[in-house]
Amino acid sequence: MIFAIIIGMSLVTMIPRIIPAFIVDKLQFRDWVNRWLNAIPYAALGALIFPGVLMVKPDEPHIGLLGGVVAIILAYIGLNVILVVVGAIATVFLLST
Amino acid sequence: MAVDTAENKGRSESIHMVRKGIATGFPIMLGYLPIAITYGVLAKQSGMTLTELTLMSVMVFAGASQFMGANMIAVGAGAIEIIIATFVLNFRHFVMSLSFMNRLRSIGLNWKAPLSLGLTDETFAVSALHPKEAKMEKGALFYTALILTAYFSWIFGSFLGGILGEVIPERLSQSMGIALYAMFIGLLVPSVKKELKVGLIAIIAMLINTLCIQLGMSTGWAIVLGTILGGASGIYLLKEERR
Repeated sequence: MIFAIIIGMSLVTMIPRIIPAFIVDKLQFRDWVNRWLNAIPYAALGALIFPGVLMVKPDEPHIGLLGGVVAIILAYIGLNVILVVVGAIATVFLLST
Repeated sequence: MAVDTAENKGRSESIHMVRKGIATGFPIMLGYLPIAITYGVLAKQSGMTLTELTLMSVMVFAGASQFMGANMIAVGAGAIEIIIATFVLNFRHFVMSLSFMNRLRSIGLNWKAPLSLGLTDETFAVSALHPKEAKMEKGALFYTALILTAYFSWIFGSFLGGILGEVIPERLSQSMGIALYAMFIGLLVPSVKKELKVGLIAIIAMLINTLCIQLGMSTGWAIVLGTILGGASGIYLLKEERR
């Protein structure tokens, strides 16, 4: 039973991922579609960050928010992504009791 | 002799791309390991065997839906229900894959198809912010190395969580929940510094996502709408092709 669930989950995740690989070769997009697609990474990052970051500690949303603010500051001063991640983890760790 | 040097050059170029891919994928590994371990622990508690939970990581490779799947298995939800919920939650990968594959036009389908299967929120975010490699020779190896680094750390972490159980103290594992968000922020901020409009696109997407959730939409669809509509603002904001 669980095995069937895994196969089903695998198929429904693979299909949306792989279809674009085949269709981009067939299609030539207009300029505005290319601009749209090139903006997708930034839009996706925005949608993935907020409001999800508030749910790091669901009962205390300010902790996730502060962790996020620390990450913004560390990234802004030009630190490597790894240090940004470590700094944010440390912030949340120190704030949660 | 000349052939030999050309061959050598090709090989060192390949090695360079693979190394660069692993280095670029390293932050994903850092973010994935604690989350994968947590998934392993949770999946074990929900009654899955070590083989099943590891197999799910091998075959599904999608964090959020695996957590949801394990949860739904624990509460005894039906197979069809779980599979439909997974589809809804992961439909955003269609949009991301379309954007990513459009960047990889110069790479053959024999590379594009397998690469597309390794697309997650995290591998997409990192790859999409490294569009230059798509134009380089052996660029496919860069993305392959990056994705495999993420893939293996996800599988390894799940397996580890499955055998070790509650190894990480709760306070620490909960703190690590911020890791992927911090990575997303760490990726976004440098792009915003380079071009302020990019930040506006992200903020529009955040607002749309928040609004959709307030309206009672599921997380999956809210992210899809936020990404598509937020991205649409790029039609006006990103004036000319920056390729």
